Amino acid sequence: MAGDDEADLVRRLQAGDEQAFVDLVNRYHKPLLRLALSFVSSPAIAEEVVQDTWVGVIRGIDRFEGRSSLATWLFRIVTNRARTTGVRESRSKPVDLTDEASAPPELFTADGAWAEPPRPWTDAVEDRLVAAQAAPHVRACLDALPETQRQVVTLRDVEGQSAEEVCALLGLTAVNQRVLLHRGRARVRACLTDKIGEV
Amino acid sequence: MSWFSRRRAALACRDAVALVTDYLEGALSRPDRARLERHLADCPHCSTYLEQIRTTIAALGRVEPESLSREAQEDLVALFRRYQAG
Repeated sequence: MAGDDEADLVRRLQAGDEQAFVDLVNRYHKPLLRLALSFVSSPAIAEEVVQDTWVGVIRGIDRFEGRSSLATWLFRIVTNRARTTGVRESRSKPVDLTDEASAPPELFTADGAWAEPPRPWTDAVEDRLVAAQAAPHVRACLDALPETQRQVVTLRDVEGQSAEEVCALLGLTAVNQRVLLHRGRARVRACLTDKIGEV
Repeated sequence: MSWFSRRRAALACRDAVALVTDYLEGALSRPDRARLERHLADCPHCSTYLEQIRTTIAALGRVEPESLSREAQEDLVALFRRYQAG
């Protein structure tokens, strides 16, 4: 969201504008739900956590000072609430990198050369991939990622959160965040390569 | 060429690919960055790979957040009215 649009949305929210709230929930409810689900054991509990978050937002929007973006603020509230709930359920999920360490999609020979070099995408293919019509295919590739990779790639590349923010939200070290981002992007690239005919 | 200088000079494609995210994140040391850039200058395959990762990032940036059902939206609006009033 551009800075001016966001400042405007915050002003409307602070004034109690219902439509502003509708815009906000439409934009963020699902992303917040996905984030909450990585900390708690069931969709019902995640839904509860996000509902709680919205109550917190309605009550706390006056205290929002714009030091972070609105998205960052929302992601932080939901993470804090989901973590507390996850701990209560004694199910805070540690990040397990080995769990997601299945072979990367690229194949190399024993001496580290490409076994099957990537075929260049034509300009036409590149244009199609970044066009709005490709978004459902890209979304399908994202959804196919292992949980933590999906979480990191979504927050970084879809939601545009910073590396530092994602580390704080998910409790990752800077190195692990990059490992997950690397694996996730590599898989999305491989997945898009497979879908080029359909896009 | 000593083992050490050879090791510093040579970067296999597998290693270059492994460094791509750190490169894009600005997390490589200056010598590693220089090594990767030398490799990329000579290796069309790895350059293609890097280009495709950049396109992948751009494509991900175009993904719309999932929309909300009308029902779910109405539940949240009811929540808003309740807390706005209270």
